[in-house]
Amino acid sequence: VTGRAWVFGDDVDTDAIAPGRYMKFAIEEIAKHCLESVDPVFASGVKPGDVVVGGRNFGMGSSREQAPQALKALGVSALVAQSFAGLFYRNALNLGLAAVTCPDAGRIRAGDRVSVDPEHGRIRNETTGETLACEPIPPHLMAMVRDGGLLAHLEKRMKGS
Amino acid sequence: MLERLGAKMWDPEKVVVITDHYLPEVDDESRKILATARDWVKDAGVKRFYDGIGICHVVLPEQGHLRPGMFVVGGDSHSPTGGAFGAYMFGVGATEMLGVLVTGEIWLKVPHTIRMAWNGRFADGVSAKDVMLFLCTKFGMDGGQYQAVEFAGTAVARLPMQERMTLANMTAELGGQTGLVAPDETTRAYLESVGVRDVDTVTWQTDPGAPLLAHHTFDADGLVPQVAAPHSPANAAPAGDFTAQRIDVAYIGACTGAKIEDLRMAARVMKGRKAAAGVRLYVAPASLRDQRAAEQEGTLGILLDAGAQLLANACGICAGYGDLRFAENEVAISSTARNFKGRMGAASSQVYLGSPYTVAASAVAGRICDPREMLG
Repeated sequence: VTGRAWVFGDDVDTDAIAPGRYMKFAIEEIAKHCLESVDPVFASGVKPGDVVVGGRNFGMGSSREQAPQALKALGVSALVAQSFAGLFYRNALNLGLAAVTCPDAGRIRAGDRVSVDPEHGRIRNETTGETLACEPIPPHLMAMVRDGGLLAHLEKRMKGS
Repeated sequence: MLERLGAKMWDPEKVVVITDHYLPEVDDESRKILATARDWVKDAGVKRFYDGIGICHVVLPEQGHLRPGMFVVGGDSHSPTGGAFGAYMFGVGATEMLGVLVTGEIWLKVPHTIRMAWNGRFADGVSAKDVMLFLCTKFGMDGGQYQAVEFAGTAVARLPMQERMTLANMTAELGGQTGLVAPDETTRAYLESVGVRDVDTVTWQTDPGAPLLAHHTFDADGLVPQVAAPHSPANAAPAGDFTAQRIDVAYIGACTGAKIEDLRMAARVMKGRKAAAGVRLYVAPASLRDQRAAEQEGTLGILLDAGAQLLANACGICAGYGDLRFAENEVAISSTARNFKGRMGAASSQVYLGSPYTVAASAVAGRICDPREMLG
């Protein structure tokens, strides 16, 4: 996938990504407030295919899967971070949103066009021409992401059996 | 979703459902969410359902559903709390929980162990919350590296069960997958009191010489009460550094900060004292059982006499899902786990975290203070 990068710092928490006060509403409503306390123009400015880039421990905090779900609902095609909070990482993959750990994520600038290859663990920065090495997503999880997430993956498995 | 998959639950006998986040129901949206849960429990044949009697991490053990050696997942990030009983327990999201309900299976990367050994004795007025705020600040919010964090040492062995639960609980803030305390006689006594028989305190111990990713040793006697400044549990410093900070609200709540042990800490400070004029003091006991115990022994009476307003046995302001929230620019001190910007109220509200001792003492002083000043 190729998209424009939106760059965030370290320790972005799930309350910022999916604010608690909107949790009782549908995901489209939660998505409108996604990251508003960090970047007020993100939710209205992000375009389908764009890539969210974080620093260390992206998605720390809650188990609420509305956090990656809101990013997905806004059309975000992949997440890249120096590291992800474990629970957020699981949730993103379970919802079919690729989360790629890249120690050099800090080299990506806001607005750069980046191509993310989660399977082989590569990011190409089309703006700078740079290639960044990442940790590939393990095959059993990549298969789930390719199916569109855990639910679709289970559906396939149930029908297969 | 089970219907979409044409699947049945793998084993309803192994499923416990507890309501806490959307309580009390304040609007049609929360009523609908709770009604969906209640209907589903009935249809799915889940017998172990606890509705409105407290926060899941506290209700689960007090109803006798945990024991050492269990492998458990919970639908909330503070699920590592169960690790206090020597169970490997961690949080998952809703879709992943569906996968568990259908298959009875989950994946995990075999964790490394990070051992945090606290030796000696914690001073009077110093609690598990202080330990965790200190550790978050020392190692960062990802210091646990999504590994298994083991709390050990002679000071931890002296802690009562619910204080151990606070250690394990806030492993979530430390970024560990779970937080473990090896089961011992304290574990056995708690579990037997809630009807769990044949508690195994022998098997579930770390092997001598087991490889550790890290082994940190601390002197418990040297720890002083900690306060974490906005907007992170990793912003802690000694409570005495914040005494210039006046407060509007003091909140004693949550799985991590309003169990019976926590309420007792607050009551020890508040006995014969009152919250300062202009300070709102809220108490939301973590479970109905603990609230009743507090009532019977007089702990709750002390807090109410001090001017506390009693809130529901639910996640309340800590989760930030309900109506009660901190207003613009309000300053709060809270015994809860997280003070991320905007979580418990307006983005401009300022939330400090401290132990129940510290929150109670600050309520009395009207400004943040070191609770040891008020403990005789």
